[in-house]
This record gives sequence, structure tokens and C-alpha cells, in this order.
Amino acid sequence: MTSATTTASTAIPSKFMTRSRWFGVVYLIFGVLLVYLAMTALDPEAVSKFRFGQIEASIMDRLPEAVQTGLKQGVPIPSRNSMLLVGILLLITGVVPFLLPPQVAKRYENLVLMLVFGLLLAAVLIYAATGKRTDVVSMLADGIRLATPIALGALAGILCERAGVVNIGIEGMMLVGAGLGFTASLYLQNSTAGLVVAILAGMLMAALHAVLSISFKVDQIISGTVINILAVGITGFTRRSFLLDNPFGAPSVYSPIPIPVLSDIPVLGPVLFRHQPIVYTMLILVFVIQFYLFRTKWGLRHRAVGEHPRAADTLGINVIRARYLAVIAGGAIAGLAGAWFSLETVGSFDDLMTGGKGFIALAAMIFGNWNPIGAFFGALLFGFADALQIKLQILETGIPYQFIGMLPYVLTMIVLAGVIGKTTPPAADGVPYEKQ
Amino acid sequence: MPVSQVNAATTGLALEMQGVTKRFPGVLANDQVDFQLRKGEIHALLGENGAGKSTLMNILYGLYTPDEGKTYLDGKDVTIHSPSDAIANGIGMVHQHFMLIPVMTVAENITLGQEVTKAGAFLDPKRARRRINELSAQYGFEVDPDALVADLPVGLQQRVEIIKALYRHADILILDEPTAVLTPQEIEELFRAMRSLVAEGKSIIFITHKLKEVFAVADHITVLRNGRVVGTTTPAEATEASLAAMMVGREVILRVSKDEAEPGKPVLEVRNLQALDEREQIVLRGVNFAVQEGEVLGIAGVQGNGQTELVEVLTGLRPSLSGQVIIGGQDVTNTTPRTVTEQGVAHIPEDRHEFGMVTSYSVAQNLALVTYYQPPFARGVVMQDKAIDDNATTLVEEFDIRTPSIHTSGGSLSGGNQQKLVVARELSRPIKLLIASQPTRGVDVGSIEFIHQRIIEQRDQGVAVLLVSAELDEIMSLSDRIAVMYHGEIMATLDAETAERATLGLLMAGVHPNQ
Repeated sequence: MTSATTTASTAIPSKFMTRSRWFGVVYLIFGVLLVYLAMTALDPEAVSKFRFGQIEASIMDRLPEAVQTGLKQGVPIPSRNSMLLVGILLLITGVVPFLLPPQVAKRYENLVLMLVFGLLLAAVLIYAATGKRTDVVSMLADGIRLATPIALGALAGILCERAGVVNIGIEGMMLVGAGLGFTASLYLQNSTAGLVVAILAGMLMAALHAVLSISFKVDQIISGTVINILAVGITGFTRRSFLLDNPFGAPSVYSPIPIPVLSDIPVLGPVLFRHQPIVYTMLILVFVIQFYLFRTKWGLRHRAVGEHPRAADTLGINVIRARYLAVIAGGAIAGLAGAWFSLETVGSFDDLMTGGKGFIALAAMIFGNWNPIGAFFGALLFGFADALQIKLQILETGIPYQFIGMLPYVLTMIVLAGVIGKTTPPAADGVPYEKQ
Repeated sequence: MPVSQVNAATTGLALEMQGVTKRFPGVLANDQVDFQLRKGEIHALLGENGAGKSTLMNILYGLYTPDEGKTYLDGKDVTIHSPSDAIANGIGMVHQHFMLIPVMTVAENITLGQEVTKAGAFLDPKRARRRINELSAQYGFEVDPDALVADLPVGLQQRVEIIKALYRHADILILDEPTAVLTPQEIEELFRAMRSLVAEGKSIIFITHKLKEVFAVADHITVLRNGRVVGTTTPAEATEASLAAMMVGREVILRVSKDEAEPGKPVLEVRNLQALDEREQIVLRGVNFAVQEGEVLGIAGVQGNGQTELVEVLTGLRPSLSGQVIIGGQDVTNTTPRTVTEQGVAHIPEDRHEFGMVTSYSVAQNLALVTYYQPPFARGVVMQDKAIDDNATTLVEEFDIRTPSIHTSGGSLSGGNQQKLVVARELSRPIKLLIASQPTRGVDVGSIEFIHQRIIEQRDQGVAVLLVSAELDEIMSLSDRIAVMYHGEIMATLDAETAERATLGLLMAGVHPNQ
């Protein structure tokens, strides 16, 4: 038998303006704007000074004199030339997709997008810090800290959705975790007990979502909305009844735990290894859940239930039980994320204090294509955007703070509008399972 | 006829089911069914859709619990509550719709639920791969354990399903309509595989409604009708006509009688049509053909070679990338479905639930769905219920749609009657072109006969008919000309009178027979 024949005459029509090239055009526009800004708005003599955190005295002493003063007073970077450099780099990234074959450009599309994001971040910092001094290390550390509830929320979402249950109630689960966790820690005067209550509260809310969406097959978006509204009610009531007037002093927030040796590494130490416990827990969970989903038999079954529950059922996997477990485990993580707000960050509870982070978490989950490590990078993106907007408010750029505060949310919209390319949710995501 | 337990063990019965009864609300799906499977045989389970074949097998596989009845395996009384029980008892099932997860690898799909692990928890892909390669070698099924299921052709996916059952040490294999998605050559290969499995001592239950296949491969045949066993026979004793009569309960004309076609002017012309699928991959690679007045052009081909997309482009449901669609001399490329309809085009879609009807609407509303906005069904913005009901009463009578009332919801009808409803609506309008896609899929033999006659009737009245079907028998008995579609192209167009099965089979697999 001869092999299959495909006639060569049917050439596949290819578009000239591929996705990568449209992105390139956007980068070119950014590049031109930056170069223009550098040439007109920036004083050629101006410098932006960047500090790199506190350096251990023992290490500092061994460095040359010039470097020492630089690190203490901030490294001066000529604003105009560095801005020009960033602009030119952007112009290059804009031109490259037009020179490469479309397939090659497509492969590096998201990598380049991250690079461009980094360049724009640098440009904003250089501009804002012109004639001033700012600490880059503290900003990066803040970025990771602020990424924590988003990453945890994304992990909660991944556990649910990988099992086929859409969960837009993560925001509510976080809020209840934050509110009840804080109340418990106040009345029991024990912040560890507060953490346990936060996690349990998250699980309880998730159990409600599970009963509604898995057993009663309520539309999962509706069920998630119910959770979010219920959470506002529960926490509002709790705050007015137990928190406004209480005989106790607030317990202190969890203190940072510097990791021995590692925390002394210059730059990297303060960015990664001088954090509070929930931040570390988040970093560990990212890898644990990645490993669980893709390297253990339970993970394989978990994913099977979200992709093709009937297939899993015919192989003797209990779909309903697997979904319940996944949703409730997700609730535990969302509750932990709630504790980050009230018990780890501010040491108090306010109405609506989660501020939509549970929804941004879902954007991070989609950004990461339902993979824990990918979602972590998505969370970092939002965390850094958040840290940047705080920094910008401190630097007094003249832009009204309301606009700067919008940055993480605008970024969420850009991400969800599909800038990161096509993502594929689990095939049975959001579809209730019915036995035949 | 029930066999006593002692006898069962000695006569080599692998499986015996006695007096199985299963009721669903309002339906008696299985009524006192007795079924015996001998060791090392291929036993065909034959019956129309809705005869109770799948119900019986789902009971055996633990997906349903029977209301009455017993199951004996190797003469021992067993109760099967769940698929895990069935698997533990050495029963494996290859479902009609594959139970495979496209985004996972072959190895992951095969081992799911009984994973090869280190320390009881961590996946061990290396050993899993070795185990699957051993199994493949033992039964002569070549398959790459690391390939993604989504990348495999259906024939190979089916093989993965069979290996999945063998991996679980199945001695009894249930194959539920395994040939529906295969080319004639792939069907031959499947039959060879089935024979080699039987030679290894496995027993196979082969569910089908295609008579030819039964004669090609089965040792015994059990025919079901309306949930009851009509009889058990062997290929030597039965004929196609006798089996068909057993299935339907009356004599059936297997071949559609029709006169010579009298083709006239071209009605549909398709020129160099190209289109993309959902994944933005090119799926039509320059399709050219024309259908004339008074002829049936059949498009043959294995499912997934662009037929679905072709019909969607023709009916205005999918944009084309380039090329032209001309209906009755007017260019309708990339217009709307309504424009196409108003050119005098009837469309019997392949998925009646998605495109053919609104299941929650009543029979009467469904019958008015295409021209609901025109008189007599609407006057201005007001629907005319009287006209809609009158139309329904006439069509239900004329097309023999079995429904309790014209106000019953369309979704509650049986598959065959739903299809007749769609056919009735589409053929009751004055049309120039009929596009019929899988017009008899999931429809019982009686309704198939009826729908086929209606299609030929339209042709004889001068309508141009484009028939798309994955059933080669249907294509061969209805068409005047046959175009074979492969990989988004028309491989060749043959005269139906002289076309041979083998030639068509090769073309469907992308091979030009004269090369």
C-alpha cells in the first residue's frame, strides 16, 4: 500500500500579521514613546539612585570603597541614557518578530512578553525615581509578599478546577478566613489558633460550594457568587458584633523568620529568605501541588476527574468523592490566604479587606494555564505590579494615587483579555457529573 | 433457556445472565433477558438503537444496577455493583464513545486507576512504559506509550482502549459499536485483532447493528428487540434478511429502490473552498465539486476528514478562508445561515441536538423553527399559534412522527422520531438543495428506511441532494455519484453504479488505488 497522499498544490494560506507581529507593533510604539520621553522630558544630567537593601557589615567591609558608598547611598544611574537604552531594547523586541519565521516568533512570544513587562517596569522606576533614591530590593521583597494571597488563591482555584469544579468563590473563602481567623485569634489570644480557624472557615465555605455545585448541581458560577455574598454578610456581622467593641488587645502579626545562612546572601537574601511564615508556606505549596498533580497517582486521578469524569468512573475512581476532596482542600488553602491579610499583614480585620485578590488569583491561575508553577509566575506579575504602585505612591510622581492604585486590576484585565495566548481549561471544568 | 450452575461450569460458559430486567421511568429497557457467552467465542449482540443492548452491557459492567436477574461468571453467582467490581471480575469494556483523556499520554490513560507506582504513591512512568510494551508485544498491538491520545487516529485510540482492558486482566471484552468510527480497512484490522484475542482465550461480546459485520466475525448472534431476546442463532443458520426481520419484527427492504437519475443544471457549486477548524488548523484544503438538479452526490469518508466543517461552511455556520459557494447561481460565500436557507436550502444537520432542534421546545414549535418569522407562522411580530399547530398536525401525520401530542417537548421523543421531526420540517418547504449530514445516525432501521425513501423522493422531484455520511452502505445505496473526502480534500469522484467497496475504502484511507 502506498502511503497517504497530500497534494502539494494546496498551500496553506498564512497571514502576514501574526499575533507575535501585532505584539511587535505594540512594543515598537512603547519603544518610540520611551525614546521620545527620554529625549524631551528627562534632564541629561539627572540620575536615578537605586539602593539594594541592607548589606551585612561583614560582607560590606570586604567590598571596595567606591562600591560601599554606592550601596549605602544608592547606585546612581543616568536617567536619560538608561531610559534611552530601555527604549531601544523595546524597539529591538518590536522588530524581531518581523525578521523571524512566524513559528519561531510564536514559540518565544510569552517569554518576550515577560521580558517586555520587566523592561517597562524598569522604565517606570527610572522615570519615577529621577532625581530621587529608591530601594529595589525592598520592592522585590514586597512583590513576593504581595503575591502570596494571589498565589495561594490560584492554587485553591487549580485544585478545584483540575477536578472539574469552577470556583469563583475563592474571594469569599479568603474573606471568611481573614475575618473568623482574626476573631478567633483575638478571643483565644492565640494567633496559631486563629490560623487554624481561618483554614477551617475556608474549608467550611468550600464544603458549602461543594454541596451546592457537586451534589445539587447548582450552576457553579451562581454557587460561587452565593459564597462571595455570604462571606460579606458573615464577616460584616462578625466585625460589628465581636470586633468593634472587644476587651482584648490585638495580637501581633507573625514575625519574619530569616532562614539561617541563606538570608545573608546579598540582594537574594532579603528578597527571598526574610519572610513571614505564610509566604514560605505558599512557596512550598506551589511545588508540593505541582508534584502532587503531575507525579503522584492521586494527582493523575484528580486531573482525570476534571478532564473526563465518566472515563474515570468507568475505571473505578469515585468522581464525587474526588471532587469534594479537591474543593475542600482548595478551601483550606483559600482560608490560609485569608489569614495572610488579617493575621500576617495588618493585625486587624476590615470589611472587604481581601479587595478582589481572590479574583486576581483566578487571573493568575489562567495565566499559568492551570499549572501551579505557571500560576505562581502570574501571581508574581500581579505582586510586582502591586509593589510598584505602592512605590510610585511613595515617590510622589504627580499622578493621582487613585490611578496608580488601579495598576494591578488593569493588568488583570489585560491578562484576561487573552494577551498571554490560548489557554486550555480542564475539559470538564464547570460541568456537573451525573451518573448515567 | 436457563442452564443450571453445574452445567454452566462444565459446558464452558464464560458468562451467563439470567432473567435480567431493568426499568427506567416509563421504559422497560431489559425484560427477562437471558444471555450466554461461551469461552473463547465472539458473540454478537444485535439490535436496533434502543433495543436494550447497551443497557444490558452497562448492567454487566456495573454502570447500572438491574431490578431483577442474576449474573454468573464461570458458573459462580456474582453481583456487580460498580465498574471496579466488573474490572475485578475480569470484565473489560470498550465504550462506543471512547473513555480516553485526550490531553494525557497513552500510558497514563491505560494505567489510570491502577497506576504503576514507586512506594505506592509516586508515578513510575518507566515501568509503566515497559509493562505496556510487553502487553502490546503479547497481543501484537503496536502503540507508543508516550504519545498523547489527542494525536492518535481513532483506530489507534480504540486499540488503546482494548489494551486498557487487557492491562486490567480482562477475560471478557465488551466492544460497544466498535466499527462506527473506522474505515473498512481498519475494521478488517479490528476483526483480525478480535480473532487473535479469542485465540488467546479471551471471550468477546460484540455490540453492533450492522448485519454484514456479524457474518464476518461472530460465532453466535443474539438479537434483542424492545428489551427482549428475540433469539440466538449462528451466522451459518441466519441470513441478512432473517436477522433484519428479527431486529425490526417485520421484513425490511435493505436496498433502496430508485430509478436512474436525471441530472439537470448545477444547483450547488463549490470552488476551491478552504476553512479552519476550532483549533485554527486548516481543515478544508481546496474543495471543488458541484451537485446538479435531480441527483444525489454522496460524500464518503471517515469522520473527521473535514465533512463536518464542509457542511458548516455550506450552510453559513462557519466562515471560509477562501473559495466560493454558489447556490442557484448566487454567491453565498460567508453569508448568514438565513440567506442560505432563503435560497431554498434544507439542512439536516449531523448533530440534531446542537443544530437541528431546541429540545425544550414543543414538537409544534420545532416544526416551525426555520421559517417561524414568515407568514403563516408569524404576522408582524406576533406568532400565529393556530398556524403553527396546524402545520405540526399535518407533518406529524405525514412523516409518522410518534409523539403523545404536538405539545410534547421535542427532547422527550426517541432518537428516530426526533430525526423524523427534523426531516419533516426541512422537507416540507419548497427547496432546491438538500444538505443531509449523517441523516440516519442513531436512528432505528424502520426510520432509516423511511428517511431514505424521502431523500430519493426529493431527488426525483428535481432537488439537488448533497449526502454526507460515514456509513458506506448508506452512501452506496443512495448516491448517484460518490465523492471521497480525505484530509480536507476530495480524493476522487466516482460513479455510484460502478464504484467498488475496496476502491472506496482505499480512497477513504488517502490512497489512490491506481498508484
